[in-house]
Amino acid sequence: MTGIGEFAIAALICLAAFFLFVGSLGLAKLPDLMSRLHGPTKATTLGIGSMLIASMLYFLLERGTLSLHELLITTFLFLTAPVTALMVAKAHIISDKGSRKALPPTGRKCSWAVIDGPQAERPAQD
Amino acid sequence: MIVLACTVAVFAIGAAMLLNLYRLLVGPDTPTRVLALDTLVINAIALVVLIGIYYGTSIYFEAALLFAMVGFLTTVAYCKYILRGNVME
Repeated sequence: MTGIGEFAIAALICLAAFFLFVGSLGLAKLPDLMSRLHGPTKATTLGIGSMLIASMLYFLLERGTLSLHELLITTFLFLTAPVTALMVAKAHIISDKGSRKALPPTGRKCSWAVIDGPQAERPAQD
Repeated sequence: MIVLACTVAVFAIGAAMLLNLYRLLVGPDTPTRVLALDTLVINAIALVVLIGIYYGTSIYFEAALLFAMVGFLTTVAYCKYILRGNVME
């Protein structure tokens, strides 16, 4: 029984290391930022998830203690990864002149740029 | 077997962090560098958890949790600064 648990933990650690490496390789190799976002947001999140599952299994099977810290870290990371990706993509679109020109019109007084955000719209509503 | 897997994983994560460092130094624009920093923080969390497994102590989880929170906050603050030229308004 211990042998199976040990094998599962080792396999999960190797899987986590593989996915973390693949995510970082994608970040280093892909041509532009919108493709580079794929590596860290998907592969790296999967890698850190399996690493935390491996840690939970290790402390449950080898040490006999149930530790819930990993669940906390997993929840936090899985909640924040999409927010991070959205913020980086938005910063890229707004700061890049070419992709900013390609955005469709907003139909409002303010543009897509959040620099003149909701404050620019306020006098129009009065 | 776990010790062998930890050794392999430490080398793989170290190589991943070197790739992130390369993208951080070379990265053509600022959002790419912010993304590289965020990935570097995620790899650091994985390394901290791995050290916790290797030494069999549960002290390191607080460090990993702090890393996760601070990494998210710095990324969002950087992006907010790029977007609006200010962090808190």
